[in-house]
Amino acid sequence: MSLLEIREAYVWFDLPHGELEAVRGVSFALDKGERLGLVGESGCGKTTSVLAVMGLLPSNAWVAGEVLVEGEDILVEGEATVRPHRWTDVAMVFQGAMNAFNPVRRVGAQLVETMEFHHVAEGGAAEKRAGELLDMVGIPADRAKRYPHELSGGMRQRAALAMALSCNPKVLLADEPTTALDVMVQAQILELLVELARDLDLALILVTHDLPAVAEVCDRAAVMYAGEIVEMGSMDTLFHDPRHPYTRLLFAATPDLYGDEDVISIPGAPPRLDQPIIGCPFAPRCDSTFEHCRQVSPRLIEVTPGRSAACHLNDPKVKKP
Amino acid sequence: MSEQLVKEPAHTPEAGVLLEVSDLIVRYPIRRTIIEALKRIPRTEVHAVEGVSFAIGSGEMFALVGESGCGKTTTAQAVLRMVEPVSGSIRLGGVDITSYPPRRMRPLRRRLQMIYQDPYESLDPRFRVRQTIEEPLLVHGIRGSRLEREARIEEAMEVAGLTPTELFIERYAHELSGGQRQRVAIAASLVLGPTLLLADEPVSMLDVSVRAGILGLLDELRAKGLGILMITHDLSTAAHFADHIAVMYLGRIVEEGGAKEVVRNPQHPYTKSLLSVVPARDPRDRKTPQILQGETPDAVHVPPGCRFHPRCPIAEERCKIEDPALETPHSPVAEGHRAACLLA
Repeated sequence: MSLLEIREAYVWFDLPHGELEAVRGVSFALDKGERLGLVGESGCGKTTSVLAVMGLLPSNAWVAGEVLVEGEDILVEGEATVRPHRWTDVAMVFQGAMNAFNPVRRVGAQLVETMEFHHVAEGGAAEKRAGELLDMVGIPADRAKRYPHELSGGMRQRAALAMALSCNPKVLLADEPTTALDVMVQAQILELLVELARDLDLALILVTHDLPAVAEVCDRAAVMYAGEIVEMGSMDTLFHDPRHPYTRLLFAATPDLYGDEDVISIPGAPPRLDQPIIGCPFAPRCDSTFEHCRQVSPRLIEVTPGRSAACHLNDPKVKKP
Repeated sequence: MSEQLVKEPAHTPEAGVLLEVSDLIVRYPIRRTIIEALKRIPRTEVHAVEGVSFAIGSGEMFALVGESGCGKTTTAQAVLRMVEPVSGSIRLGGVDITSYPPRRMRPLRRRLQMIYQDPYESLDPRFRVRQTIEEPLLVHGIRGSRLEREARIEEAMEVAGLTPTELFIERYAHELSGGQRQRVAIAASLVLGPTLLLADEPVSMLDVSVRAGILGLLDELRAKGLGILMITHDLSTAAHFADHIAVMYLGRIVEEGGAKEVVRNPQHPYTKSLLSVVPARDPRDRKTPQILQGETPDAVHVPPGCRFHPRCPIAEERCKIEDPALETPHSPVAEGHRAACLLA
């Protein structure tokens, strides 16, 4: 039994002009101490997927599928079953940590409040633990008395991590934790994420658009496109032996510091998710499309052990041109 | 394109120089409270830019690289005459514009155009693409006939890669993708026929898959003879697309030279550390990053001596006293490669 398992998750949004299918059948599992990257471009459904795990989607969202924490489906009764697990089992660091804090309360007090609300610790014990948490994420203890605006962006991101860890979660979801930060601070935060996950034996999901950053933190990654996982495997195999053209093209569009080869953009744009998609969602932008791709949507199949991809090129049952 | 990426053009400020910035100093005063004034607490200033010099020639892409607060954006604002420098000079096409009044700056702005970071914010949502690109012509009084204007708009769109033009010209910004929006912003700056573009993080808001297209477009414009000043924190992008890189730290250029040379043969410990933390694209190329601890000191209290010494892994006693000049290092480097480090 995995610590966290997502089975066939679907998310729809009710919009004024119709329905938008943001997540279309996503499944993955994560064990204690494992670090998984969820990679893709804006609108691919990566953030929506993790918000669904947290039960934090807006009221116009509909979710189908299962989210199992230690074998228990936490979405089965909606808010009633998610709530006991939120923050205590599964915690999240949101995109833009600058806004995750109440601006008129001191950082330490907000940590204490969270712990008291979830009955993790009370009074003096909670204050002591707040100091320990800040120390753990590399914030000098005296900063507990500071207001959020008195901390730099990097410090606020560290404080947001302390907040997420305050109720001893087993799973940490980090949504673009470094996008707004400078390179040096980004490196510090990524290093901290690895340390925390290792020391606390956390299962970590890093949601990002930045492939090289995933390689710094995670062993495995799932590449998402148009609400689906199109390829999943170790970072090393994703780079050296991509089995989905999108993975290959995404790496080719990423400049490398020492690389001499041209960086090439992917023509076109992702499909609209408020209209039905026929065939492979990547077919219009793909450089290896054949007739079958425009008609039949590929299944995510296991290519080699621990490695899966949703591309007809890998499917022995599909006749290639 | 790969041929252009490989060549390292000699940095010759005389030939076709478009922009020359010399010893630029920009400081922002910090207001004292009345109590502080009465107590005679001395005035303090943010030392945003402290003696920056560089030149950009025709057909050259010059990247100003550094972390937030290093002064790269202030430098660009000074070039645009949006902030007043304390001292130094800014020469545009050989003409000193440092103390030009706004009235005299206006015709020059046609030659000097800006591309902003966020195409979701920089375009007017009520304007169609046609109006967005026409606006600069009207502002600068280049009215001409309707047909002439139309021809200019379409030409700018074609150069910016918004083709076929009839597909885009009647659209609103919200009907375009991020990459297309940035192309509209670029078309709107090209319509005036500039010689120099200032691009402030032109792709950082865009998705990875379209970034290369925008950078490729800037590269084509560069090949057509435009000078481009690109401000970025992304060293991989700078290494790939720029001819020249200048690394800034706390208001100073601490290292500069040919883009490939600076990246492959860094001399300043700050550059070395900055390069080491850029994640490699190939997971097998991972190396131990030399992460600098702490944060950049604030630009109000600039450390004495070498401004990098409090965070420098190799600093010696003399680094606390002597302020290093930007000069050719002792180690073998390519021509034009300079670093501001006593130990380099």
